[in-house]
Order: sequence, then structure tokens, then C-alpha cells
Amino acid sequence: MQVVADVIAQFTGAERRGAFFIALATALLGLAMAVTGNGDSFGAHGALVLAASIITIFCLIRSFDKPEPSSERLQSYYDEPTKAGIVLAMAWAVLGLFVGDWVAWLLVYPDLTFDAAWASFGRIRPVHTTGVIFGFGGNALIATSFYVLQRTTRARLPDQLSPWFVLWGYNLFCVIAVTGYLMGVTQSKEYAEPEWYADIWLVVVWVTYFAIYLRTLVRRKEPHIYVANWYYMAFILVVAILHIVNNLAVPISFGSAKSYSAFSGVQDAMTQWWYGHNAVAFFLTAGFLGMMYYYLPKRAGRPIYSYRMSIISFWGITFFYMWAGSHHLHYTALPQWVQSLGMTFSVMLLVPSWASAGNALLTLNGAWDKVRDDATLRFMMVAAVFYGLSTFEGSFMAIRSVNSLSHYTDWTIGHVHAGALGWVAMITFGAIYASVPWLWKTRGMYSARLVEAHFWLAVAGTVIYVFAMWNSGIIQGLMWRTYTEGGTLAYTFTDSLVAMRPYYMARAIGGLFFLIGALIGCYNIWMTIRMARVSATNTAADLQDAPVAALQPGE
Amino acid sequence: MFGFHYRLERKAIGLVLAIIGVASIGGAVEIAPLFTIHQTVEDAPDMRVYTPLELAGRNIYIREGCYACHSQMIRTLRDEVERYGPYSLAVESKYDHPMLWGSKRTGPDLARIGEKYSDDWHVAHMNNPRNVVKESVMPAYAWLARTELRTDDLPNHLKAMRAVGVPYSDAMIANAAADAYGQAAPDSPFAEGVAERYGGATTVRAFDGDPGKLTEMDALVAYLQILGRLTNAAQKPVASAEK
Ligand code: HEC
Ligand code: HEM
Ligand code: HEM
Repeated sequence: MQVVADVIAQFTGAERRGAFFIALATALLGLAMAVTGNGDSFGAHGALVLAASIITIFCLIRSFDKPEPSSERLQSYYDEPTKAGIVLAMAWAVLGLFVGDWVAWLLVYPDLTFDAAWASFGRIRPVHTTGVIFGFGGNALIATSFYVLQRTTRARLPDQLSPWFVLWGYNLFCVIAVTGYLMGVTQSKEYAEPEWYADIWLVVVWVTYFAIYLRTLVRRKEPHIYVANWYYMAFILVVAILHIVNNLAVPISFGSAKSYSAFSGVQDAMTQWWYGHNAVAFFLTAGFLGMMYYYLPKRAGRPIYSYRMSIISFWGITFFYMWAGSHHLHYTALPQWVQSLGMTFSVMLLVPSWASAGNALLTLNGAWDKVRDDATLRFMMVAAVFYGLSTFEGSFMAIRSVNSLSHYTDWTIGHVHAGALGWVAMITFGAIYASVPWLWKTRGMYSARLVEAHFWLAVAGTVIYVFAMWNSGIIQGLMWRTYTEGGTLAYTFTDSLVAMRPYYMARAIGGLFFLIGALIGCYNIWMTIRMARVSATNTAADLQDAPVAALQPGE
Repeated sequence: MFGFHYRLERKAIGLVLAIIGVASIGGAVEIAPLFTIHQTVEDAPDMRVYTPLELAGRNIYIREGCYACHSQMIRTLRDEVERYGPYSLAVESKYDHPMLWGSKRTGPDLARIGEKYSDDWHVAHMNNPRNVVKESVMPAYAWLARTELRTDDLPNHLKAMRAVGVPYSDAMIANAAADAYGQAAPDSPFAEGVAERYGGATTVRAFDGDPGKLTEMDALVAYLQILGRLTNAAQKPVASAEK
């Protein structure tokens, strides 16, 4: 509570009033939803929005007449939203990974659902994917983007209200999404499951997010826009385009959660996988590359290896990825010319992808002693390696004949988690361990040994997971297509099911390692924050120093 | 080129426009023609729309996330055609808003599951898959048979479907709730209207075994039993296995 009061005390009078009116507006919206949707999950979500708004209003009122902050604050960066975003990201990580592991155990012990509708596989699987991608990944991206944006432009965020609106609104979106699945509210489109009203809300939040970015860039004191910001911008812009197009739908009424997609059949399939693949590209790749381009050189204390390589890889990724979605639809009813285009561009995509991975690893050249001693930097190094690995695997799987085996099998799941655990989660943990001491102004993390322990648990968990899924996926794919000498199919579907069991068990154990690592991370971050509170900070006017020097390209 | 970029990266708006432009090309080239090129979707004059009961079943399929484990898209590969039946055509999902092709086969493909098993088999299987297939990892959905189907909003469902292009008639919309009831109660006065509006070949049965009560199980089984049978375009010789 004290933390919230402190944040509001930092608001100017106008910002406090703005926050109050926004919360009042969302409260009324929630009330309207609760009334029109009475008896439907839509109404339950209305009640949720109403409750969140009322709590916010309550907090605002309690601190409303605190004295206004002095203009001294304008001399330093505004990092409170980043701090909150990091804590939220870790909370979502624990939830998302826990549910992920539960989902994994469900495939070993299918009766872990207790005869409850909400706990069945099909409902909690999207809780896992949304929890990790949007909850964990999204909060980490928003938090780090605010941090990086200010440092690389040497400008403070334009105001104090809009970043909080983005963070609050975005997490409200995630909570609506996740609780919706448990109640059975879903559009069924992978990674775009939330229904129409949540989608509209996200557009509002996202436009505000973009506005913050643009307003800060316009006020920048550095003539050049640093690479990390290109990626964050591509992430924000393209996700907006994808989100709006793929979610076009007609609700059955304004008091119901249910809607029908504007597209059907083959057009819907192509739109969905144009979205789905580029959610991978611009959410799980571009955003995190932005993170990497800032934190890795900073932590290593070395400039990015090649500025030209970063230009080529940035535009390559932005252009090629958008063509690649159809590799999710090989040998389906999608016209073959689209499949061929998707395959071609997916293979070409390897070039900019490896240019990015190579750029990162070459940046570490000359700092290998640091990589050896510093688990935080090692998180980032391993992330770059897994990024190279999973993009190679992806380009390989996009080849039609390879995809005929891998599609529909656990091989896809193995590829997903090589990217998700090895790349997305590792770079995020690295970035968080680097930022926490900077943000809370401590000399380092509470315990370097716990960072080390987290690192090894994460690596072990990822390796076990990925190897288990490679094995099960390839075995599955082969069993489905093996013929007897008599020319009949050799295995029934159930045969393949039995063969999967040991691998599913191994995967669930690997996932448990990964989850324990994240829990250790939470403890370590918590203790660091407590440490900082004790040694009361002196907030220097950090806008004065020029921190970007280390980022200048090294050519 | 690098000189140009050196200037571009000093302009925030320029960078924004460049990103939007470069990123829009791929999707535009691949998606727009799918709406305009006629051959993309085959003709199937015999194709009918989902009945209200089947549509409700489809929505349960979506709600429960069956698509996370089951595909509905048989690829043009010999082993798939032999295992699951003729490969899927685009037209077969033209009334599917959204499509449920799926991306993962933790369970078998369901594109042609319709009438492969009896209603009783499905009910027993949904109540507890392990009673039917010992090794199954599919969740049990026992509560479906216990839960009454909501029908009062079915006209709104049909209306929204019509808004996105599915040819439901005014009569279909007006009678949606009654038709849902009638399709699962063959001896009731409502049963006749179903055949009248959706064709004589429409199955009218007590899908969950109990004609007195309309449950979610009725709807889901009705949906499973129509899968692959809205049109028989795929059964024609042209669509047999690609060797
Ligand atoms: C955890 C993944 C999973 C989920 C979720 C799931 N299933 Fe299954 N399903 C399976 C597996 C595995 C099999 C094969 C073993 C068996 O027959 O039970 C199967 C088999 C089936 C079959 C029989 C197919 C055949 O050809 O024999 C049907 C029908 C079916 N499921 C329907 C459903 C429906 C409807 C839902 C949603 C309410 C659903 N499944 C949800 C995994 C799943
Ligand atoms: C504790 C670690 C994790 C475990 C045990 C785990 C487990 C699982 C399981 C069991 C599935 C379902 C697979 C199936 O349907 O067969 C899944 C799907 C998925 N997970 Fe995870 N997961 C973990 C971490 C993550 C992380 C960190 C991310 C992303 C940042 C992630 C992203 C995904 C995605 C995108 C899918 C959907 C894949 C697809 O549909 O092809 N997971 N996960
Ligand atoms: C060059 C880069 C990449 C290419 C060409 C590529 C290609 C592919 C291919 C061919 C598939 C299988 C589609 C199918 O058969 O259904 C796939 C699935 C997937 N990939 Fe990648 N991949 C790349 C990078 C990544 C990265 C870095 C991630 C990060 C996490 C990632 C996440 C996923 C996910 C989540 C899926 C599963 C989608 C689903 O079915 O639900 N990919 N990718």
C-alpha cells in the first residue's frame, strides 16, 4: 500500500485528476458490462473491471491531497513503472510456469482435473500460453522498454500517468484473458484467444503505449535512435496491426462474451497464422531483441559488434517474417502457391536471424572472462545461442518435406520451448538481473550464488524439455507414417500414445526445474528490494550523466 | 544504403512509416488474393449450414479447447488419407467462423469423425475416455451430460453468423431454439421443423440417450456426428489420395 501511495504522491495535481477520471470511466464501463451481461461470463468480467477500478479510485482518494512533487523529479528518469513491471513479470512467470507444468503433468496423469470444468487441459493450456507470453513476456517488455527508451534517448518519459495506465490496463487485459479461459471464454485462435471486448480494450492500451514511445522519441537528446528502439517500435507497431486484423469479429450481442470471427475456413486459417507466426516474430523475437541490444552490451561493457549487421538483420526480420506464416499450413487446403512463398521466405529468414545471434555473440568476444564469472551475462549469452538454434530449427521445419513429419507432433512443442525457454525466458531473466540493482540502486543482487543456481536450473530444465520433445516428436511422426510390408499402416494412434508417456514425464520434470529456478529468482529479487529499502537511497539526478557512451557502435 | 539508414534513424516518424510499410507487404500479397481468386474454395452445391444444435456443440468444442489436442485438417499425404479419410478441402470449412484446423495432434484428427462411432460410444467416451480406450490421456468431460444446454440466445448466434456471411434464413433464426430442442427429441413436435429447414438428411436423434432433456452432451455429440458430412465434395474421386 505504501508503495502505491508513494507513486501517487509523485503525481502532479493534473495527473491525479486524470487518473481519477480514467478510473471512474472504467468503473462505469465495468458497471455497464456487469448489468448488460448479467448471467453471462461477460457480466462476471464487468464485475472484475468494476472491482479493479474501485480499488484504484480508493487508492487515489487516500493520497489525493498529498503535496505536489517538486520539479526536481524532472531531472531524473521515471523508473517507478519499470520497477512495478518487473515485479509483475516475475509474478506472471511463476503463475504461467506453474500452470505449464501442470499442463505437462496432465498428459501423464490425465485425471488431475478433479472433474472440474475449469481445470481441464483445454482450458488451462491457454492460461499457460497467455500467462507466459503476455503476462511474463509482455510485462517484461513494457518494463524494459521504458527503461531502455529513457536511457538511449536521454529523455524522461513524457508524463507519469500514461505509463501507469499502460501497465494497469495491460495487466487488466491479461487477467480478463486468463479468467475468461477458466470460464470457457475463448475465440480459439491460438495466442489471440481473448474475446472481442478484451481485444478492444487492448487496442486502447496499445495506442497509449505507442504514444508514450513516440512522445519520448520526439523529445530525445540523442540525434540517433538506438537499435534497441527500432525493435521495440517494430514490436509495438506490428503487434497492433496483427491484433486488429486477426481479431475482427461480430459479437452476438453487447451483453455477451461470444463473437464470431469475420473470417472463415481457409482465409481464416491464413489470417490466423499470419498473426500467429508474427506474434512469434514481433512479440517473442523483435521485442526481446530490443532487450538484448541494450542489456547485453551494457552488461558486457562492450559496444555492439557491428552496426551494419544490426541494420541488415532488423529490416530482414521486419520484411521476411511477414511472409512466413503459411509454413504453418503445409499440405493443407491452403493454395500451394502460398505454401511455397511461406517456405521460401522462412528459409531466407535464417540470414537476418543468424546475423542478430552472431552480432550478439561477437559482441561478447573479448569479454568471455565476464561470461564465465557472471551468471547474469551468461543468461544473455545462452539466450543468444538458443535464439540461433531455434531459428535454425524453425527454418528447417518450414521446409515442406520436413514439415510433413514435424507438423502436428511434439517436435513443434520442442521448437516452441527451445525458443520460449532458451531464448525468451533466458534473455528476460538476464535483463531483469541486470536491471534490478540498477533500479533499486544496490551494489548487486542480494545473492550472486542464487543467480548462479537459477542459471543452472534453467539450463538443465530447458535441455531436458527440448530433448524429450525432439524424441517424442520424431518418434510420433515416424510411427504415424510407418507401413508394414503388407502396405498397411503399422501403428494405431494409441500405439503412438503409449510411446509418448516416458517423454511426457521427462518434460514435466524438466519444467519443474525451470519453475524452481524462477522461484529462486523471485526470492532473490525480493531480498534485493528489501536490502535497498534498508540502505535508504539517495536519488541522484541521473539524467545528467551520459550513459549511452558504451552503446556506440564499434566500427 | 547505410548512408540512407544513417539519416532514417534520425527521424522518428520516418522510422515508424518505414516499419509499417515494410511489414505490410507480405500479408497483403498472401492474404488478399485468397478472397478474390475463385479457385481458392471449391464449389459444393450440396453443402448445408450447421443446425443450431450443431453450432452450439461447436461452441462447446471451442469453449473446452478440444482444438488444442485435435486437428480437423487431413493433409494431402498418403498415410493421413489412409488413417483418417479423404484429405480436407477448403470448402468444407467455409462456414467455420473461426476455422478449427488445429496445430497439434495429441489426439487423432476429427475432420471425418462423423458417424464413425455410435452416439453411445461418444457419450461413454466423453464421460470418461479411459473407460473406452485404456491408454487415453484425454480429459473426462462428465459434466457435459449433467449441464443443460442454453438455447435462449441461439437466434443471436445465428444472426451474428449471418452477419459474417453464413446463409441462415429468417425462419432458421426465428426457430433456432425450437430446432435445437427438436433435433435431440425425435418424437417431439419440434423435430419436423429441423428436417424442413436443414434438409431431410439431417440426423434427428436423442444424442445423449435421453430425449427428455437437452444437455450440452447432446449438442457436442450432434456436432461430432456432422464433422466431415456437411458436404460430400471430398468423397468425389478427384480428392482421393495423392500418391
Ligand atoms: C489432452 C488432449 C485432449 C483433449 C483436450 C481432448 N482430447 Fe479427444 N482425444 C485425445 C486422445 C489422446 C485421444 C485418443 C484416445 C482416445 O480415443 O481416447 C482422443 C480421442 C478422441 C475421439 C475419438 C477419435 C477416434 O478417431 O477414435 C474423439 C471423438 C474426441 N477425442 C473428442 C474430443 C472432444 C469433443 C474434446 C473436447 C471436449 C476432446 N476430444 C478433447 C486427447 C484429447
Ligand atoms: C516450466 C516451464 C514450461 C512447461 C513445463 C511448459 C509446458 C507446456 C505444455 C505441456 C504445453 C502444451 C503442449 C501440448 O499441447 O502438447 C505448452 C505449450 C506452450 N508453451 Fe509452454 N511450458 C513452459 C514454459 C513456457 C514458456 C516460458 C513459454 C513462453 C515464453 C511457453 C510457451 C508455450 C507456447 C507458445 C505453447 C503452445 C505451443 C503450440 O501450440 O504449438 N512455455 N507448454
Ligand atoms: C527463423 C525463425 C523461425 C522460423 C522460420 C520458424 C518456423 C516455425 C515452423 C515451421 C513451425 C511449425 C509450424 C507447424 O508445423 O505447425 C513453428 C512453430 C512455432 N514457432 Fe517457430 N520459427 C522460427 C523462430 C521461432 C522463435 C524464435 C520462436 C520463439 C519463441 C518460435 C516460436 C514458435 C511457436 C510458438 C510455434 C508454434 C505455433 C503453434 O503451432 O501454435 N519460433 N515455427
